[in-house]
Amino acid sequence: MSPIAIIVRLTLREAIRRKIVLAALIVGAGFLLVYSIGIHIILTNISSVVSDTLNNASRNIAQAEGINFLSLAGLYTVTFLSIAMAALISADALAGEISSGTVQSLVTKPVRRSDIVLGKWLGFAILLALYLLLMGGGVILSVRLQVGYAIPNLAAGMALIYMEALLVMSVALMCSSRFSALATGAVVFGLYGLAFIGGWVEQFGSFIQNQTAVYVGVVSSLILPSEALWRRASFEMESSLSGLMGMSPFGTISVPSVLMIVYGGVYILVALAVTLRTFSRRDL
Amino acid sequence: MPELPAIETQELRKVFGDNAAVKSLTLQVMQGEVFGFLGPNGAGKTTSIKMLLSLIQPTSGHANLLGAPLSDRKRVQAIRARIGFLPEHFHFHDWLTASEFLELHGQLYGMTGDALRRRIAELLELVGLTPFAGKQLRTFSKGMLQRIGLAQALLNHPDLVFLDEPTSGLDPVGRRLVRDIIHGLRRQGTSVFLNSHLLSEIEVTCDRVAFIKHGEVIRVSELKALNETQSSVTIRAQNVSEEAVTGLAQWGRDVRRDGITITLAVANDTLLPEIVRYLVAQGADVYAVTPQRLSLEDLFIQTVGTEGVL
Repeated sequence: MSPIAIIVRLTLREAIRRKIVLAALIVGAGFLLVYSIGIHIILTNISSVVSDTLNNASRNIAQAEGINFLSLAGLYTVTFLSIAMAALISADALAGEISSGTVQSLVTKPVRRSDIVLGKWLGFAILLALYLLLMGGGVILSVRLQVGYAIPNLAAGMALIYMEALLVMSVALMCSSRFSALATGAVVFGLYGLAFIGGWVEQFGSFIQNQTAVYVGVVSSLILPSEALWRRASFEMESSLSGLMGMSPFGTISVPSVLMIVYGGVYILVALAVTLRTFSRRDL
Repeated sequence: MPELPAIETQELRKVFGDNAAVKSLTLQVMQGEVFGFLGPNGAGKTTSIKMLLSLIQPTSGHANLLGAPLSDRKRVQAIRARIGFLPEHFHFHDWLTASEFLELHGQLYGMTGDALRRRIAELLELVGLTPFAGKQLRTFSKGMLQRIGLAQALLNHPDLVFLDEPTSGLDPVGRRLVRDIIHGLRRQGTSVFLNSHLLSEIEVTCDRVAFIKHGEVIRVSELKALNETQSSVTIRAQNVSEEAVTGLAQWGRDVRRDGITITLAVANDTLLPEIVRYLVAQGADVYAVTPQRLSLEDLFIQTVGTEGVL
């Protein structure tokens, strides 16, 4: 086994042994249960409300719109949970190994320090993929089984959500190579909050056609393109009407460009490169 | 085999902020030698070991490890396949079982398959942990962690082993195990760099000892030679004037007087008759002159001093 593969295995084993996987599965199951019950109740009531006031064609459109909205609401929550998961597991990754001293017996073996960073990164990428597959898959399945609705451009949307999780994980790992786990958490969630509110300012600016507000949003997306990736994912998966809903978490009045997606990818690579460099040079 | 040093350092230095943790470390450890690195807490012992293992970057200076210069990252990385290390405090991934832990570290050494499995079984036996092979390390006592840590440091049949305070906080059984393992390593011709502030440990295991203080080697002694030449003398005498006591300094160091007992450290036992003649000439009544072997502890206090340490 290559050193990177050894560290990937160690990372996955740690997640299992330290009950991270178990906790995520139990709470995730709870989330999916509540979501499914919610969907069920809303759908039952919506159809009785709209059926009295609308003709058949309009009723179908209204139902599809409502279901699309509910699906995106579910995926939006899953996205946030994935982000939190990404930040939490990687914030302690390098910082924890360094402060506890466990890293000392790893890096004094005939391996490169970069092997350890890459192994952890890959291990977390696998964990996040599985998490997203289970949670996102649960939301999609729940909607599909209950009403037979298929979300448009699902693959593209989920890929963008996964990319957002990788972005936050990479940034957390980068901070973790220099700062303590707590400081890393503070920085990553702080940046996420900044990007989040920046996204809203941008949407609002676009709504009232205020160019300054749009710039503020773009700049905050450049600082951390997490919210931009979600907005693009939402744009891909929304029905044609819900994009016009205006100010909502899924409203995409101002759609992040493909360039911004590319920027997100570059951002991940740069964060990883900085992590490799910092961890390779620092005193342990 | 030509005597290439296992470790060679030249004016190795590490500064944290404006604090020089290691001022200037120059030493040589020969192959097959058990080398004690002795100094009070905070003398820079762990920092020195960490520099040698590339855990931290020296601020300046040079070092060679089994012939590879520390500045050559690639060669040092390869040479680590021949090095074992037991870190201070034995912090390991405690959610691994003992055998998983050894498997992980063996794999990092590039060991695989049957060879690794056999080696793990052999080492668990050596450190007496075979019955605990399937137990997670978090259930281990400090002594057991030390044992598994030692096993980890020996996985690759190393040519050079670094042990950082391997017995701190351990019971006599644990200390005995470390001592036996070091004796075993010496028989196999393995070089051992033993970091310790426990004098008795160094005294019974090491060939040579370096005294380090404020990050500088202030003395390197061979322990055998030390036992032969260094000694302390206890003199029981009455009617010794203060001037006579002060005058004893010409034969030795560390002259102390406590009632009728005077102690001093002399370089050589052959000086004793002269000291007696001197005291008698000064008008003293000498009852007894007892030469004692100078313990490492005496030498430590003499060399390192007592101010602000331990």
